[in-house]
Amino acid sequence: MTTIDATPDTGNKKDSPSNPRRRVYRPNTRYIPILATLALLVIMYGGAVANYENFGQPSVVVNLFRDNAVLLVVTVGMTFVILTGGIDLSVGAVISLTTTLTATLLQGGWPPLVVLVLVLLIGSLIGAGQGAVIHFFKVEPFIATLAGLFLARGLALFINQQSIPIRDETWKAISEYRIPLADGVVTKPVAVVAVAAVLIAAAVLAWTRFGRNVYAIGGSADSALLMGLPVGRTRIAVYTLSGFCAALGGVLFSINSTSGWALQGNGLELDAIAACVIGGVLLTGGSGYVFGALLGVLVTGLIQTIIIFQGDLNAAWTRIIVGVLLFAFIVLQRLVTRKAK
Amino acid sequence: MGEQSPVLEMTGIRKVFPGVVALDGVDFRLFPGEIHALMGENGAGKSTLIKVLTGVYTIDGGQVRLGGEVVHINGPLQAQQAGISTVYQEVNLCTNLSVAENIFIGREPRKFGRIQWGQMRRRASELLARLDLNIDVSAPLNTYSLAIQQMVAIARAINVPTAGPAATSATGTASGTGTAAGGGAKVLILDEPTSSLDASEVAQLFAVMRRLKADGVAILFVSHFLDQIYEVSDRLTVLRNGQLIGEYRTAELPQVKLVEKMIGKELAALEDLEDKAQRSRERTAGAEPIVEARGLGRAGAIAPFDLTIHAGEVVGLAGLLGSGRTELARLLFGADRADSGELRFAGKPVTLRDPQVAMKRGIAFSSENRRTEGIIGDLSVRENIILALQASRGWTRPIPRRRQDEIVEKYIKALQIRPADPERPVRNLSGGNQQKVLLARWLITEPRLLIIDEPTRGIDVGAKAEIQKLVAELSDGGMAVLFVSAELEEVLRLSHKIEVLRDRHLVEELQNTEGVDADRIMQTIASGATS
Repeated sequence: MTTIDATPDTGNKKDSPSNPRRRVYRPNTRYIPILATLALLVIMYGGAVANYENFGQPSVVVNLFRDNAVLLVVTVGMTFVILTGGIDLSVGAVISLTTTLTATLLQGGWPPLVVLVLVLLIGSLIGAGQGAVIHFFKVEPFIATLAGLFLARGLALFINQQSIPIRDETWKAISEYRIPLADGVVTKPVAVVAVAAVLIAAAVLAWTRFGRNVYAIGGSADSALLMGLPVGRTRIAVYTLSGFCAALGGVLFSINSTSGWALQGNGLELDAIAACVIGGVLLTGGSGYVFGALLGVLVTGLIQTIIIFQGDLNAAWTRIIVGVLLFAFIVLQRLVTRKAK
Repeated sequence: MGEQSPVLEMTGIRKVFPGVVALDGVDFRLFPGEIHALMGENGAGKSTLIKVLTGVYTIDGGQVRLGGEVVHINGPLQAQQAGISTVYQEVNLCTNLSVAENIFIGREPRKFGRIQWGQMRRRASELLARLDLNIDVSAPLNTYSLAIQQMVAIARAINVPTAGPAATSATGTASGTGTAAGGGAKVLILDEPTSSLDASEVAQLFAVMRRLKADGVAILFVSHFLDQIYEVSDRLTVLRNGQLIGEYRTAELPQVKLVEKMIGKELAALEDLEDKAQRSRERTAGAEPIVEARGLGRAGAIAPFDLTIHAGEVVGLAGLLGSGRTELARLLFGADRADSGELRFAGKPVTLRDPQVAMKRGIAFSSENRRTEGIIGDLSVRENIILALQASRGWTRPIPRRRQDEIVEKYIKALQIRPADPERPVRNLSGGNQQKVLLARWLITEPRLLIIDEPTRGIDVGAKAEIQKLVAELSDGGMAVLFVSAELEEVLRLSHKIEVLRDRHLVEELQNTEGVDADRIMQTIASGATS
């Protein structure tokens, strides 16, 4: 006979675990940073609409995506990396390598499709290489990707130090193509690519094993390993993805500017990291959302737009405000996590 | 049931680390439907044996048979697939993920590659309901207590789908009540699962274990609480210094014999101790008060309390897990700031803004979480011991190396830290020895008040007695000690005065005289539970 019923069924035994004494209350704390960013965005937008003529037009919002497409794509890749608790400093350099290579090859008469596939592959390979070094040799991501930064930037400068114009018909056609959204509101293909990247990334993170493993590794890589999760594979995949996103960002960059230049994308990795932080992605890993990172990008983009509308402000204000916001959000995250503790 | 063949059979297992033979020809058997306790002191080889089983270590000799077939386990994943699941002492889950995810991650129910969240949550709830646990499975794991996390870890462990010929497969989507809670795990290893649970939670865990046992799961159970071993286990295997001492039926081996087999010598230290505490009981009458707390408290952590600790006095804090024991101790060390009341230290009013201030005054705090808050694993034994003394001197006045060696040598000997190698990284020491290193760190600062939070949790009988003896000696030497422990017997044995906590209130102060025993304290703790 089974002994299942033999255990005394006392009332308090049952409710003690369901009312755990040490339960810590943190109502939706994981949403607080992202909600704060959203609130900030709404307030900034509302204030700008009230103060500047024409700011309320839909094209202002639509253009945000167009103007920040490159940053958005790079930030998507960076989000994956940061969620695992890592960091990727090489993305800006990969962009410059991609634009330089794209321009050089197109100038040399290579077929556009081959060029596209090739540069995306190279970006992914650089990422995979970094991931492999990080995983197999237990090198700090900061160091490994710093090496990647120098390598990619160096390669780009080696290919050509000058700005190279792109005269390829396909590239120009994509650059000049406009997608009508509504009356008088148009956008570029690059914006569509960026938005698609965000949506795909959000779906992958929420609904695939790969996505959940990313969160698990960020929570505790040791535990993830003991739970039998493919930590090494996931980690390498994440850096590969970031490399791919950087290369894609480079392609978008070359489409936007119809040129390639080895000094393009300088410091973009830091913008991407800043966007992640402002968007509530914890640098320690395991917490955050792609949509948060999207909000982070939009906040920086909106600041730039406001400064342009103001007209008499120095562009340096963008950086200053982003710096202040970064401080504010890091402190906010601290407070939220400490309260939870 | 009758005589079955063992589900797991290990023969002649040998594992060598540089300089140490951790396992020397150990045999171990595990039958289906039994709870088997693995006993031994720290460093006896229990952890090594478990790590061999879970694939963390590869063996240097011997054979592992699972279900009659020789297996080579090359990693945690492979061990799980072979039907060996483990729940570790430190909960090894990802606390940032939801409860449901922690149970299913890596084997989430999917449709076209898309995780079926609804189904996953439903199945997690069902699984936990079978363990008598009704909690919100979509909440992140870190919102729950360690006890709950432990249960979730077990739920994950028993839900492992295996490739082997398990009776029922958990991989299918069908989840009728007919499916045994055992899912696919044939061997479940519970490594110190009870060390951070309170009595009712332990009882619940045991109920779960018995249920799994009835389902035919073989359970390997490690605990330092002998009472628990006798309550729940059928058989036990004793290891000492990496060697097999024997395999016994629990019911046929008296507790005293078991302890003897574990430590290999008769243990009179515990009895000695009792007398000592008795003798020194009158001492506190004329002593100066070291700590006087009046209405000290912190909202949400511990209600305002009064507490006086004299020089040479051991004050024990008793109470259930989460009753505010640690919180009280942290206030006295300045790890948390009091938001009400006043504190006098050696007669003078003080405000403990942070631990540094407390350390300057001569208060030492040995934390309950030795892994995360105390021990720095990559530093050597010597560096760990010197740490607090160096910090109190300031970094500009380094302690001369020769002096360091002297101090460390002395304490390694006094506390019998094993291995007695000051340059070994602390990470490589067993739990009990890490605890001793931590104690040594604070002792060399010669504190006037020593606060020790759960110093004996998860360490073995021998080391436990040594640490208790040490505490008694320290108080004899005039040190005031605040002793926090979940084990009432221990509190009773050591303390002159016992402060009983309940629901974050200090509810009673008991002089430890003749009439006071564990039952009396239990009553105090329990009396308010229903009101």
